[in-house]
Amino acid sequence: MKEFLEGSRAIAEIVKRCRPGVISAYPITPQTHIVEDLAQFVADGALKCEFVNVESEHSAASVVLGGVAAGVRSYTATSSQGLFYMMEVLFNIAGMRLPLVLTCANRAISAPINIWNDQQDSISLRDSGWVQMYAEDIQEASDFHMLAYKLTEDASIMLPVMVCMDGFILTHGIETVDMPRQEEVDKFLPPYRPLYKLDTADPVSMGILADPDYYMETRFAIQETMKKVLEKIPVLTQDFSKAFGRAYNGLVEGYRIDDAEKVIVALGSVCGTIKEVVDELRSKGKKVGLLKITTFRPFPAQKVQEALKDIPKVAVLDRALSLGSYAPVAAEVKAAFFGKKKGPKVISSFIAGLGGRDITKDSIREVFSLLTAKEVSCEFIDLKPELLKEKYE
Amino acid sequence: MSKTLFVPGHTACAGCGQSMGARLVIDAAGPNTIVVNNTGCLEVFSTKYPESAWQVPWIHSLFENAAAVASGVESALKFLGTKDSTNVIVQAGDGGTADIGLQAISGMLERNHDILFVCYDNEAYMNTGIQRSGLTPFDTNTTTSPIGAQSTGNVRPKKPMPEIAAAHGVPYVATASVGFTQDVQRKVKKALSIKGAKYLQIHVPCPLGWRHESSMTIQVAKAAVEAGLYPLVEYEYGKLTAVRQIQPKPVEEYLKLQGRFKHLMKSPEEIKKVQAIADSNIEKYGLKTQA
Repeated sequence: MKEFLEGSRAIAEIVKRCRPGVISAYPITPQTHIVEDLAQFVADGALKCEFVNVESEHSAASVVLGGVAAGVRSYTATSSQGLFYMMEVLFNIAGMRLPLVLTCANRAISAPINIWNDQQDSISLRDSGWVQMYAEDIQEASDFHMLAYKLTEDASIMLPVMVCMDGFILTHGIETVDMPRQEEVDKFLPPYRPLYKLDTADPVSMGILADPDYYMETRFAIQETMKKVLEKIPVLTQDFSKAFGRAYNGLVEGYRIDDAEKVIVALGSVCGTIKEVVDELRSKGKKVGLLKITTFRPFPAQKVQEALKDIPKVAVLDRALSLGSYAPVAAEVKAAFFGKKKGPKVISSFIAGLGGRDITKDSIREVFSLLTAKEVSCEFIDLKPELLKEKYE
Repeated sequence: MSKTLFVPGHTACAGCGQSMGARLVIDAAGPNTIVVNNTGCLEVFSTKYPESAWQVPWIHSLFENAAAVASGVESALKFLGTKDSTNVIVQAGDGGTADIGLQAISGMLERNHDILFVCYDNEAYMNTGIQRSGLTPFDTNTTTSPIGAQSTGNVRPKKPMPEIAAAHGVPYVATASVGFTQDVQRKVKKALSIKGAKYLQIHVPCPLGWRHESSMTIQVAKAAVEAGLYPLVEYEYGKLTAVRQIQPKPVEEYLKLQGRFKHLMKSPEEIKKVQAIADSNIEKYGLKTQA
């Protein structure tokens, strides 16, 4: 049923329909509305669930680790510093092959402390072994949670999934969202049947020590499973489309790129703004397009190659940095084409929207205009020269 | 079926007090128990792939988060409706309890999860090579509180972890010692008979770190209690309810058994300071048997 919902409310509603038995969270802006709504559902008896209010994100991640290890579908959400505080637990969850879903309400990283949106938090955890999906709008963010549980609990996958949604823009924005009925969700996502769990009738030891004779194979296995994720997601999105009528590629999505001369590659909510600018420029005869990357981990390099191989000029728009090196998404796109015969002549890299600075249509127009034969790297958009002058002149 | 739920074949050192403690605890708890273990000696020596000494479900995640992982396990069991028939026990060393794990434990105690937290207190980070922890006693020679021209060892007394746990108002907190094995098992059974969060701190000598003969573990453990340096106490809902009374022996009788205190034997002044800690315990808890 179509409803006019705040993004956080939509996430809480869909998580409720996914029927987790353990939820644990610690408050951090802009994740709070999601877990407040879930707490209210539990308080009202609308969701049968153990809601564990913990003393830190480290413990929130640890509680859901324990919950799923004991055989119960579990859920947590966080942002920014909270995600970083969870970091060692998140690596641990992936290494233990525990199926979990986490919502990351993307927010900038301190210092300076800043509660507004960019993607430095989740991007920094790209090596954690979590699958990462980035939502463009609230509908995607909601739908991706169903896909995420389906994917993570697949016996051939068993890797955790992080659904990333831009803080405030999506968590506090309000859109019309098509919310599925409980029975539809139940049909798509049956109850969790663990492959293994902590069970006194069948004792197992989990999380044990692997010395140099054994450790490497566990990492190899995750790396191999990540390849399977790239095959699995398109299968799941087809099932999803049949069940709910909304079609996603799930890995990458091209928008007006078939004959494009210039294409911006981006993740998350900025893709909506880029689409509007693409439409405007197209109406003026400019051959421009967008390649949206939905799944950043595993990185769908082959899909990116296929989509961009005939595009002369590509701009990668990052909302995060790898300070001192290439921007994170740009590095991936460039690497995808290294040594390939066909590919863009130019792959320029742009940084925008850090710490909540709005990425406007003008920002996107500027990216297209700066995308020329001269390749640029980490070109900052919308910098304020007057602030920099004070410091550097 | 093995007679014990913590089977032989693990790689603990000869005379390891922690391995004795772990066996006493799990055998008192019985097979309907899930164990959550912090990182530390016990985890390393009992679960090196592809072997495990544990005959009950067992999970290890990280150094500091076992109390939180166990909170999740307990919540899942509540959700499944099987909590009342299943014990959940957390195990950690003194560092994983009183230092890096303190926040997670405090959360677990405050939420009053139906979990027994067991701290195996061997009074230093033995797994990483005998570095001092918050539960290392005053004047102990460790690798990070070494003796020297300017040092007589660890500068502070033990963090009062049982009191910290008891201050949360949880139903049961106790200390025990592997020198008194039946007392350990009695306290485990008592703790598990009570619903809510429980904390049990067991003194477990480490021959390697304390530098005593591996055959002396029980004797050394008993000597600590008999000197008044490891009071065996019980708290219920924050109130002291029971103590094991002793005829106090001079602390020197305990200290002289261990290489970690060898430097004190030449220093009557320092021994006096340790005796003052024991005397304070004896008075505070009323440890001395009335004749």
